[in-house]
Amino acid sequence: MQTFEPIFLSRLQHYLFCPRQFALIELEGVWAENQWTAEGQVLHKKVNQPDQQKRGAIRTAWALRLANEELGIEGIADVVEYHKQENGTEIPYPIEYKRGKPKTHRADEVQLCAQALCLEEMHGITVPDGALFYGEVRRRTAVVFDTELRNLTQETIAACRMIVQTKLTPKAIYKSKKCSRCSLIDQCHPKGFHKSAAAWLAEQIKED
Amino acid sequence: MRPLRNVIYIQTQNSWLHKDNDNLVLKVEKETKARVPIHKLQGLVCFGQVTISPYLMAHCAENGITITFLNMFGKYLARVEGPVSGNVLLRRTQHLTGHSIEKSVAIAQTMLTGKLYNQRYVIRRYCRDYGEQISDKNVLAQLQTAEKRLTRCLTQLSDCKGIDTLMGREGEAAQVYFGVFKHLIRQPDFEFDTRRRRPPTDPVNALLSFCYTLLTHDCRSALETTGLDPASGFLHQLRSGRPSLALDLAEEFRPMVDRFVLSLINRKQLFIKDFETLPNGSVTLKEEPRRTLLAAWQDRKQDTLLHPWFEETVPIGLLPWLQAQVLARFLRGDCDSYVPFLWK
Repeated sequence: MQTFEPIFLSRLQHYLFCPRQFALIELEGVWAENQWTAEGQVLHKKVNQPDQQKRGAIRTAWALRLANEELGIEGIADVVEYHKQENGTEIPYPIEYKRGKPKTHRADEVQLCAQALCLEEMHGITVPDGALFYGEVRRRTAVVFDTELRNLTQETIAACRMIVQTKLTPKAIYKSKKCSRCSLIDQCHPKGFHKSAAAWLAEQIKED
Repeated sequence: MRPLRNVIYIQTQNSWLHKDNDNLVLKVEKETKARVPIHKLQGLVCFGQVTISPYLMAHCAENGITITFLNMFGKYLARVEGPVSGNVLLRRTQHLTGHSIEKSVAIAQTMLTGKLYNQRYVIRRYCRDYGEQISDKNVLAQLQTAEKRLTRCLTQLSDCKGIDTLMGREGEAAQVYFGVFKHLIRQPDFEFDTRRRRPPTDPVNALLSFCYTLLTHDCRSALETTGLDPASGFLHQLRSGRPSLALDLAEEFRPMVDRFVLSLINRKQLFIKDFETLPNGSVTLKEEPRRTLLAAWQDRKQDTLLHPWFEETVPIGLLPWLQAQVLARFLRGDCDSYVPFLWK
């Protein structure tokens, strides 16, 4: 069996937001808070304490540690509900807490699907669906782990693994709307590093 | 520039920093002077007698806010950093890059480009500001010749294939530059003949040496904060105990220090009576005027100017930090060359 340095589940969505952001965090140990990350932390305060509870046919676990050794991923699920079936077995149902509202991109879904892949390996069963809980709308959005989402999740894991193995930070691509929301903009300097430094320097010296 | 606003520099002596809910509170003599939401910070840099509560320290460590302790002169003392750190990869790249002569020469060359460019700016700026007041046409001609010779040295830097030839060009430029330096001093009490370092034997050299030390310390702190190894340089040779990379990084800023020294003299912030000569002939600044100098140094750091590469206005005091970041980004392959700070 191949042994990997596990990739954290939460980093998958960093990769999907921006591969460079993933590399800055993973390879360079860069981290900075901003309004959005801080809000996310406040939201997670509720679900960060490991705990469990049984209510009717549902057993709920908070802050549950997950891993999939074959894929080389690990992390902590905010909430996993175990739904008791009529035949007496339990099917895990992961729920991930997110600030804001449902997104047009699939980063949140990928993170949730990766949790499902962990639960599948750990329990040896199929996990068909889960949910995202959005803080702003205070509602669950159901997510089905279909083939397409599973493929996207596996591709994302592979892409992250590539960055970890090559230890190369991808180049910055400046997009004003996206970059202004990124807490790492100050360490990334996406505006400064989009031009050729050598050419710029040569130009400056030639000028006078 | 946004990053730098998020770093708080605490220079007030006897400050007490603690945490109140999610705010950082700065107290001096039990009086609250500032209150900042902690999540807006990227780092804390404390100069001298600044005390921090253990709870604030832990909170910063947990949230990726680095606390750097420097003494009053800006000398690096210690850093408190949380568990996340990817610096090992950066340092490894830095050391591997240092092994390559070709790569070292390329970096050293850009750093000296910055130095010579900025030396020339000192002379240019003087001619622009005071050119009309120079009555001795011979002096003006000397300054203009020096400027032309510096331009030539500057363009020849790119032909250098080894550290020795680079050092040779740099030495040549230094001779030209310090050859006319006396003309930039407008207080007749202060004489300057040539740059003398070990030990300085006149007030101007004493001032230059003292301020270069402050500068090197600033550069060292900047490198430490960025995660680079200040001891592993590209231009300066490695020697145990020598902060070679800090000396490398300092090169491009030396001309700014020179102008700082000139303005202390020319604006009569320091006088010839502020210096004393020791038995071995070396000259030092007395204690009280040293305080004047440090206050002026800290003031100067607050002044802002345009960083031409980033096209953003930054405080002078943060230039070493910014350049250390540029160097780190270059080593990590973000750009095709290191870009020194060019003074315009």
